[in-house]
Amino acid sequence: METQPTAARSGAAFAPRAGVALALWSLLALSLLPHALDALGQGFYIGFASRVLVYALAASSLNLVIGNAGMLSFGHAAFLGTGAYCAALLWTGGTTSAWILWPAAMCVAALAALVIGAISLRTRGVYFIMITLAFAQMLYYVVVSLKVWGGDDGINLGARPRLGLAPGFALDLADEFNWYYLCLGILALALWLSGRLAASRFGRVIAAQRENEIRAEAIGFPVYRYKLILFVIAGAAAGLAGALLAAQNGFVSPKLMHWTQSGSLMVMVILGGVGHRYAGVLGAGLLLGLEEILSAYTLHWAFWVGLTLLGVVLFAPRGIAGLFSREAAGR
Amino acid sequence: MSAARGPGNALLELQGLAKHFGGVAATDGVSLAVRAGEILALIGPNGAGKTTLVAQISGLLRPDDGLIRFEGADITRAAVHMRVRLGLARAFQITSIFRGFTVLENLALAVQARSGTSLSFWRPAASEAALQDEARHYARLAGLAGSETRIAGALAHGEQRQLEVGLALATRPKLVLLDEPMAGLGPEESARMIELIESLRTQTTVLLVEHDMDAVFRLADRIAVLVRGRIIADDVPAAIRAHTEVIRAYLGEEAAS
Repeated sequence: METQPTAARSGAAFAPRAGVALALWSLLALSLLPHALDALGQGFYIGFASRVLVYALAASSLNLVIGNAGMLSFGHAAFLGTGAYCAALLWTGGTTSAWILWPAAMCVAALAALVIGAISLRTRGVYFIMITLAFAQMLYYVVVSLKVWGGDDGINLGARPRLGLAPGFALDLADEFNWYYLCLGILALALWLSGRLAASRFGRVIAAQRENEIRAEAIGFPVYRYKLILFVIAGAAAGLAGALLAAQNGFVSPKLMHWTQSGSLMVMVILGGVGHRYAGVLGAGLLLGLEEILSAYTLHWAFWVGLTLLGVVLFAPRGIAGLFSREAAGR
Repeated sequence: MSAARGPGNALLELQGLAKHFGGVAATDGVSLAVRAGEILALIGPNGAGKTTLVAQISGLLRPDDGLIRFEGADITRAAVHMRVRLGLARAFQITSIFRGFTVLENLALAVQARSGTSLSFWRPAASEAALQDEARHYARLAGLAGSETRIAGALAHGEQRQLEVGLALATRPKLVLLDEPMAGLGPEESARMIELIESLRTQTTVLLVEHDMDAVFRLADRIAVLVRGRIIADDVPAAIRAHTEVIRAYLGEEAAS
């Protein structure tokens, strides 16, 4: 009987997956994590966990571009950095409200994605990889050479922004618990939205052009326009991650835009399982976790991380998500 | 040339279309008119320039010279997706479908492309009843009823060819360009495809590029013959059958004399 597997595949392509329960359980587990760490006397790791969540957001936004749309962008750090610098510059200018800093970071990053995407998306394959890389490096060198923006040293922020929730009441973001839950909430919301997006009409066009771009044109879709819109959405999400990272670290530096940053985001997506809805989360957790653990034992932790990546690519080409679910990835 | 009979009712009109690759003229001044409601077959030996001509009509290639008119409007420089929006769709010679999608998802995409906005980010496309119903209609039309939930890449070759044509039809074209729809089909599959194309006669206009002469003579109202980038004959099937130049082009010098 062939109907069984086909039904499963078709579900994998578009229908909201039966993984809702799993997602909710994971969310519950992640909600309990800081309390567990605290109880174990490992409260220090709550900050680390928040950092993983923020990187998970950044990697998930790249997964939209690479996984959903099939566009191998090697310059995603440009948007992460743009968001971070936008928030940092507004902060040093005296803006303290997160309600202004973060949307502004998203808008500016979206604008950067619009400009870079408008040009880059006219190319394909290896040219697209190179041109996105080139744009990101251009931004990197601009920021490095701008002494007013701190040049190589970056910008110190000192404190986290103010997140007013009601008149006279603001969430204390300096508190690591609050900060963790905020990051978790934003990540969960972003993943939920991207799930909606993937199943929507727009998401279908994006998946269709990944499968067969010429055919998508030949049934009447102006493919370039759809790709650009997706690129801008992903850029905005990366910009938000950048602004969160700036707040998390209290510090921004040009390193955020360096090509190695784009590289680690890409590695996260690949480790997680390109195209799987949670690739960014799984990949960020694995990569940053490995870094954290291995660097405690050896100076050459990067070697072991590289070896792990090699292992995943060779033996689990659909990433760690692929190990757990047969229906991994919408491809 | 019979194309001169009335450009007034020509749905698609090619005027002096030329495309060169280096020193080779792949399309060497092709003029041709497809009238609304007819099935016009375009035939020609291998290397005659059919593929280049089809690519220019569908917009994948820009002609060096000449004009393409659709319903009187100049579309020579229009993008592929614009031509489809205007009602000029195509099926590819080498099957070009969304292999990882189900049959229904394939067809729903084509329906979606022409109905409503696709800049909708929230509502699941699978929950749109109208979209699904129309996609099902085209699955039936393409002879794929019962295979709606199957993955397109897992269909038999003949069924993939039917889906290929179905995708073009689901855009609801005024003219559909079928590029060798019989390519690689077995006898039974061919018969089914001929039946499918026959059923289009009352619904749309067809420009059929085909090698299978049986199919061509069974389906065509008119046949145009392309040889070395030029149209050497354009007439009803009976006249083409007796045309000396055509026989020479296909069967060589001796057969014609």
